[in-house]
Amino acid sequence: MTIYNIYIFDRMGTLLYHKNWNRLKLSGMSSEEEAKLMYGMLFSIKSFVSKISPLDPKRGFLCYKTSKYALHYYESLTGVKFILNTDNTIKNVRDLLHQLYKEIYVEYVVKNTECEMGQPIESELFKLKLDIFIKQHMKSLQ
Amino acid sequence: MGIYGVYIVSKSGGLIFNYDYTVPKIETEQTFSYPLDLKLSYENNRLLVSFGQRDNIKVGHVLLAINGIPVSGKKLEDGTDALDMLNDTANYPLNLKFGRPKMTVNEKIFLASMFYPLFAIASQLSPEPRSSGIETLEADTFKLQCFQTLTGVKFMVIADPTHTGLEQLLKKIYELYADFALKNPFYSLEMPIRCELFDTNLQALLEQADKNGINSI
Repeated sequence: MTIYNIYIFDRMGTLLYHKNWNRLKLSGMSSEEEAKLMYGMLFSIKSFVSKISPLDPKRGFLCYKTSKYALHYYESLTGVKFILNTDNTIKNVRDLLHQLYKEIYVEYVVKNTECEMGQPIESELFKLKLDIFIKQHMKSLQ
Repeated sequence: MGIYGVYIVSKSGGLIFNYDYTVPKIETEQTFSYPLDLKLSYENNRLLVSFGQRDNIKVGHVLLAINGIPVSGKKLEDGTDALDMLNDTANYPLNLKFGRPKMTVNEKIFLASMFYPLFAIASQLSPEPRSSGIETLEADTFKLQCFQTLTGVKFMVIADPTHTGLEQLLKKIYELYADFALKNPFYSLEMPIRCELFDTNLQALLEQADKNGINSI
């Protein structure tokens, strides 16, 4: 199993953090533009899902799969969005993303007074911890 | 288990066929006293609950009827303004009916054409080369399975998240489409499908798939 990349957006659509691990194909645009496209797509999917859903949705959109990869989506109640691209075989990414939010984002971003809300995350400690967290899970889920 | 509906989108992104198989009806009727503990707002020609969900009335539900008289847009069927009626203390207690809004045909066409770019962007943003577009989209209340033929027509089915074997079902629907829609001399490509044989066969297929599982077809 492989984890390709992660995006973290805040509720206004600002890209807080982005990292590639095993990405094989680049989209051919700047990462800024790519983030905008990604956020726009997710925003549309959210509205699409809430309209087409036959029952009242609670959490709404969870993930989509293509022939090559799966995109997993987790949104906190405050609107922070975590997007993780993995290959098709991996399961229970939702728990992983929740754990990531709880143990990494809250601990090293929200509790860090140096990190300004709504700005890209600069903290080296956060980047390091996130990297360790993902690499650990890549191994344990293999 | 349950199949909610089938959509067919043409190569250029237009909705050419849609069929609602089972659409659950979500409606609640309750008697209210003044003041109303719900916040209503007027959006897209409907009166929606925007705050204060409780029991079976959820945010996003629309006001369907007051005292049994249907509401369309802002007005009751007899021409009185619904908001005026709700704001007047003298009218209470009122019997209000709320429900999840049903999709109109226009909305379905709109959503079908909205899926088209999402499908394309998903393949563009892929971290791996040569990825297809969205094949399965999962939400907590439903699963959407999409099958794109080599000619670019998309077949979509919306079903319960636990439903399995939707790929086979879509292939079967494609077969029906090839047999009954394309071989119909009165059918022109890219136009909405209006073939009775296709309708009846599709309905039979869905019934069978729903009752006995996909493997029986």
